[in-house]
Formats: sequence, C-alpha cells, structure tokens
Amino acid sequence: MSQHYPALIIVVPLLAALAAAAAGWINKRYCFPIAVASLAASFVSSVFLLGRVIRVKEVIYEMAGWTAPIGIVYRVDALNGLVIVVVTAVALVNLIYSKSAIEEDFPDKMGTYYALYILFATGLAGMVVTGDAFNLYVLMEIASLTGYSLMGLRRDRATVSALNYLIVGTIGATFYLLGVGYIYIATGTLNMAEIASFMSQMSDSGSIRMAFVICLAGLFIKMAFFPLHGWLPNAYTYTPTASIGLIAPLTTKVTVYIMIRMALSVFTPEFSFKTIELSGAIVWLAIIGIVAGSCMALAQKNFKKMFTYIIVAEVGYMVGGFWLGNRAGISGSVLHIANDALMTLALFMAAGIFARKIKGEEISDMQGLFRKMPWTMAAFVLGGLSIIGVPPTCGFFSKWYLISGGIEAGNYYFVGALLFSSLINAVLFFRIFEVAYFEPFSESHGHDHSHGHEAVAVEEAPLGMLIPFYVVAISLVILGIFSGDLITKIIYFAIPAGIV
Amino acid sequence: MKKLGLLTVVVCGVLLLLKTAEFADWGDPNSPASRHLSPYFLENSIKDSAVPNVVTAVLADYRGFDTMFETTVILAAGLACFFILRVRKTEKPKSTYYRHVPTATTLRIIEGAVLPEQSKVFKRIDSVWVPFDLILATTCKAIIPFIQIFALYVIAHGHHSPGGGFQGGVVLGASIILMAISRNLGAAIAHLKEKTTVLMAMIGVFIYAGTGAFAALAGKNFLDYSTLATVLGVDEIMARSHGILIVETGVAIAVMAVMVWIYYNLSSAGKQDEGL
Amino acid sequence: MGEILDFIIAKSNYWSYVVLMMIGLYAMISRQNYVRKIIGMSIFQTAVILFYVSTAVKEKAVIPIIAHGHGEEANAAIEASQYINPLPHVLMLTAIVVGVATLGVALSLAIRVYQKYGTLEENEINDMIREQ
Repeated sequence: MSQHYPALIIVVPLLAALAAAAAGWINKRYCFPIAVASLAASFVSSVFLLGRVIRVKEVIYEMAGWTAPIGIVYRVDALNGLVIVVVTAVALVNLIYSKSAIEEDFPDKMGTYYALYILFATGLAGMVVTGDAFNLYVLMEIASLTGYSLMGLRRDRATVSALNYLIVGTIGATFYLLGVGYIYIATGTLNMAEIASFMSQMSDSGSIRMAFVICLAGLFIKMAFFPLHGWLPNAYTYTPTASIGLIAPLTTKVTVYIMIRMALSVFTPEFSFKTIELSGAIVWLAIIGIVAGSCMALAQKNFKKMFTYIIVAEVGYMVGGFWLGNRAGISGSVLHIANDALMTLALFMAAGIFARKIKGEEISDMQGLFRKMPWTMAAFVLGGLSIIGVPPTCGFFSKWYLISGGIEAGNYYFVGALLFSSLINAVLFFRIFEVAYFEPFSESHGHDHSHGHEAVAVEEAPLGMLIPFYVVAISLVILGIFSGDLITKIIYFAIPAGIV
Repeated sequence: MKKLGLLTVVVCGVLLLLKTAEFADWGDPNSPASRHLSPYFLENSIKDSAVPNVVTAVLADYRGFDTMFETTVILAAGLACFFILRVRKTEKPKSTYYRHVPTATTLRIIEGAVLPEQSKVFKRIDSVWVPFDLILATTCKAIIPFIQIFALYVIAHGHHSPGGGFQGGVVLGASIILMAISRNLGAAIAHLKEKTTVLMAMIGVFIYAGTGAFAALAGKNFLDYSTLATVLGVDEIMARSHGILIVETGVAIAVMAVMVWIYYNLSSAGKQDEGL
Repeated sequence: MGEILDFIIAKSNYWSYVVLMMIGLYAMISRQNYVRKIIGMSIFQTAVILFYVSTAVKEKAVIPIIAHGHGEEANAAIEASQYINPLPHVLMLTAIVVGVATLGVALSLAIRVYQKYGTLEENEINDMIREQ
C-alpha cells in the first residue's frame, strides 16, 4: 500500500465526498464521520509520505502507469511534502472544530456541504502534489469552484462578494492557463520536471518570458498579492464560520506554494532570479503590500476584517521573502507557509467562537471577554503573539529567517517593512487584549444584531470547538520549538543546491 | 472606471502581443508543440490501447487522471448550484394553472380551492407561460428519442469517431432540457426526478474513480486499466480499450445528470416548481 | 507589403485570441451589470480555448483519428505529420468543462444576488450595502 500514498491523499477524499453527499440524502448522521475519516486518512498518508520523502528525497507516482512526459505524474519532494501535511492537517482540524457550526448553519444541506468541503480540500491537496502543469489548473478550478460556493451562502453580502471573487478568481486562473499554454507551445510538454530540463536552452525565448509573467500575474491575483488584493477582505469577512477556517488559511498559502514551485522547479532558479529581472520589482511590491496591509488592518473596527488585512500583509512576507532569492529568505518563506496557515487558522477559529458567542464582530463588542471565556482568550493570545512574532511561538522563527534573508540581500527596506508590520500587529492585538481584559463586560452586547435571536449567555466555547482550537494554539508553540529541525531536515532539501 | 478599464485592456493586449513574432506560425507542422510529445500519442495509441481516436485515448488513458477531475469539476458545479440555490420550503403560490387537455382550456385555480388530480385530462402547467403549442410539444416529443439514441451512439462510438463521454452526455442532457423547455419543468421532473439525477451524478463519478481504485487495489498504479485484463478475460491492450469505454460511460452518466440537475436549479431559482 | 501580410496571416491566430480575450476582460472590468460581467468572463475563457486549439493545427493534416486497417495493414507505420496535434484538444475539452461549471456557479450566485437586492447593477448594489 505504501507506494500508493500520493494517490491515497487525493483519491480517498474524492470517494468520501461522493459518499458524504449520498449520505446527506439518506441519513445525515453519517456525513460527519465519513468526512472526518477520509480527511484523517489523507492526513495520515501525507505524514507517512513526508517520512518517506525525508528518507528517499523524492517520491514519484505515475498515474495510470504512464511515465513522466506521456502521462501525469505526482511528484513529492521536501517542499510539497511539508505543505501537503499542513493542508491536510488544517482541513482536518477545522472540520472537527466546525461540526456544530455546520449543523447550525446548514441543517438541510449538510451532506452537500461536507461534500464540497472535502472536494475543496482534495483540490488543494492535489494542487500541492501534482507534477503536471495542466493537472494543476484542473485541481485549482475544483478548489475555486467549491470555494465560491462555500463562501456564497447564508449572509446577505456573502453572495455579492463571492460573485466578485468568482469573476476575479476566474481571471487569475485563466491567466495561469494561458501561461501554461505559452510554455506548451515553446516546449511541447506539460510535465514540470521536463519543462525545467528544457529551460537552460530556452531562457531567451520570448514565449517563455511571457509565460513566466502571465503565470505570475495569474497567481498574484489568486493569492491576493498587493495591489491585486482588492477581492480578499470582503470575500473573507462575510464567509460563514465553518468555511473561513478552511479557505482563509489555505487558499493564499497554497497559491504561494505554487508560485515557489513554478519559480524553482519549472522555470528554474537561474531563470527566475537572474535571467528575468523582475525579482527586485516584486520585492518592492511586497514591501508596499506589507506596509499597506498593516495600515489598513489598523483602520478596521471589525476584527474579522482586520484579520483579512493581516492576511494581505502576510502574503507580502512570503512573496517578498521568496523573491529575495537567497537561502535564508526562501527558507523563511517556506517555513512561513506552514506557520501562517496555522496562525491564520487560530485567528479565524477564535473569530468564529467570538462571532458565535457575542453575536458581534466589532472589537468594541469584546469587552470583558477574558473574564467570561478565559480558556478561549488564552489560546487567542497565543495566536496573537505568534502573528506579532514573539518567541517561542512559530511566527518569530519564520520572521527571523525572513529578516536575515533581507539583511543578507542588503534589502533594508524589506527588513524595515517586516519590523514595521510586526509593530503594527503588536498594536492591533494589544488593543484587542486591552478591550477584552480591562473594560468590563457590558450586557448590551450585540444590541443591533440580536433582533430575533435568543440572547446567548456569553460563556466558554463548547469543548468540541475548544479542543481543536487548543490543538492549533499549542502546535504554534511546538512548531516554533522544532522550527530549527524543520529547516535543517526538510526545508533545506526543498531549495535547489545552487541557491546560497 | 470605463477609461481605466480601457487602459488596462489596451496595456494587457499590447503586452500579450509583444512577443508573438517569436511564436510558431499558424499551422506550422514543425512547431515544438507538434514535434515533442504529440507524435508519441499519434504513433502509439493503437499499439497501446487499440483506440484509433487519439483524442479519446489521450483523454481517458494517458491523461485519464485529468479527466477524472474534470468529471469531479462537473459534479462540484452541480453540488455548488444545489447548495447555493435550492430551497426546500416554498410559499404556496397564489394561484395554480391547469390545462384541461381535451378542450385545450387553461384553468386558473385560486388559493384554497380544490385542486384537480394530475391525470391525462388535467395537467398542471407553469404560470409564466400558459399558451399551449401543440406543434412544438409534439415535434419535441417525437425527436427526443432520436436525440437520445444519437447520444448513445456518440458515447459508444467515441473510440472510432469524434465523440465520447462528455459529448454524448451533453447531448443526452440536452434532450431532457429540451423536454423541459418544450413542455414545462414539471414534465421533465416527472420523467427524471432530482434525486435520480443526483444519484446518477454520484454513480458516474464513482464508476470513474472506482475503476481507478480497482487498479490500485489490484496492485498496479491508480487508473491503470490493464488490470482489467483478468476480469474481462482479454489481453492488456484490449483491457485498456474496454477500460476507456467504462470510464467514458461513467463520464456520460455524470455529465448528463449534472447538466439536468443544474438546469432544474437555475431555471426555477432553486424552487423546482416552475421553470422557464 | 507582401511580407507584412504573410506575417500577419502567419500569426493571425494569436492576434485574434488576444482581441477576443481583451473584449472579455473589458466587459468584466467596465460593465456594471453582473450578467454582462459573466458573459465577459465566458468570452475571456473561450479566447484561451481558441488559442490552445489553434496551436494544434498542422498544415495538410486531418483530425487525429488514425486510419487503420486489419491484419497486415494494421502494422503500417503512422506518419505523425498527417494528423493534427491531439493534446491541445484534450486539454481544451477539460477547459470547456471547467468553463461551463464556472458559468453555472456564477449564474446561481447571480440569481441569489438578484433575489436579495432586486437588481444586478453593481453600483446600485453597492449603494444599498452602504446604506445598511
């Protein structure tokens, strides 16, 4: 069975999605166990796969038994071995966390919801492990389509922002497809490894250069890189609780991973960093994006919206760090993919609990929460500290690598932007902590939201939500403590040897 | 906004055209795309899987994994439309319309009145379009079976002529949609219930993914149809050919069902009582 | 003059796809009505499909269905240049399906938006959101 791990990660959830949808029509009680079991199986296989990758460096799985350029192959190395574990873990933990939210929000469409949820996770996981440029597009569209529908239900503005996101997202994906087409007409192949092997003779070909620019533009739209981030804050703010914990941590991070994959293993580092002289400009955009994202986060009163602007800034960290083009910067960027997925998940889990308990999304609604839900707040503080970058949480370590990458590259503006953004994050979170700790709890919570709702007693979150939340919060610290090992044992091998 | 849009578009267009001079000419038989990978497919598809239609061979065998996800995309779209639109509890309409078939009279029955039983004599019709067109209804009724037979031909003959699961499935779905357009949504739903379409969509994708999983369970790689050889009692090449037919059938069922399912939801805004 | 004309004809597939694609992009950016935006999105995707399919063309070649005989003839060598490139067709079959799927989801979201706001004009919807 062990040789099938790359296929199992994808196929088990796919079959389970069918089963979950069918179970929704027969007996709704079976949906949740099916979904959890399939994502757990996917997670376990990805952990085993990572173990194998650490031993043998690269695992290749030939779909339908056809070898590389003829058929589609899955190719797992240290880079996507790490990301796939993060993707499946986040999907699994968030699913367990959102069980009650799903039952409450979508009582009559539960089977469909679980099926879409699993398909979204399948799409993302497939994007990570695939070794074929076109296969990636198909999987990207599965993740996008299911993502739009997971966003577009329940609240008034959600449908409008989901429709806007759909239009923008389709532009991004279509640009990516066009870029793949340009690569195809220049090389005649779609296999990533084979494209890379043609690259040394192709580096001055016009269509390859165009392909690079178009692919990158498409991915920048999809990952909400400044200045193409306009769709993200609205789309994420109005997404239902259960979906946001899946979509917000993973979509942008997986797209950043694809950018890294395209730059390192399709276009080759030689071409991406040297031949085509765009990395300086991209780092500058990232610097502006970090500063702008942080400032806009500061201007928000709604905490969910504030978190979305933090995501915009974090995308700047990863993209900027990667295009510094040195080992420390790229290591920081890859490490930050893993860290940021968990940090964002922690933030939105907290936001989900708050939104459920206080029926409001303003920071001012959070008065006195430390007293009412101390356990939730403790974990939330951990998440906040990690976003700020306080050791020993993991946020500190990836920032450390990013900053040392900036210093190594001599780009002090990037270093400055990172420090500035950390400072702003500190202000943001201590403002929340202050409101929640010092101001007394007021009974007028959710005054303009509570029409028609029964007043919910503000108290600790149910254990079904709290335990997954704690798993994530504690893993932030564990990841921080072991980040040295992550760098030397895994990420070191993810970066081509030519990069110093 | 319009000027900004125009500027963006012109800039994008010029950027895209910038390097076209270096691209291969239109119809150039020596372009890199025509020289590198495609000759392998053209020269080996008959040897590998005994399928003369190379598009079918590449679609369902060499790149079969793509196609499985293509079917999944369709299923995801069906699920998404259902999830976004479908409403279960609808308000009762103010009035319902019935047609008395022998006299071709349209009856409007106001709220609270006793509704006639659905029968050959009394048929419920949509309120948005009450006129009855005998020619249209009869013609469509007459040609729908032929459309469906043609669809089956397209599916089954995909190995040897243009066609295959997607094309056949779409034609099959169109025949049901034609029924819904020419009569009304209720007539189509009476023939093919929503639950049936959902079940068929699941079965279609399951046939594809299940065939793949069978190969993996039998010890070869996922989707390797040559494992079917022992089950079907043919050699590996013919097993691939039959494997392609099996998955294409799955694709056709899924595509047909999802097309109809999406149409049901879109045309009635999820209420599925009255369509266009 | 003749050379320029030859050049334009030789690259005409690229010109036409770019024009079509930009029409779609313009509709998406500048139109206020969501249905028009969605139509623009469809045109945009179709342009890329056209681009791929045009790269498959080979002069004096036929569709990739191999003419084959039985027995002895079946082993006759196949000349790849006689048949057009099948791969872009396969890829675009997938892209068409993806386009249809996206269109379906976009339309169902648009129906939802219309049910909530009673209009599909973007500026009117934005005004309503601001008033809330």
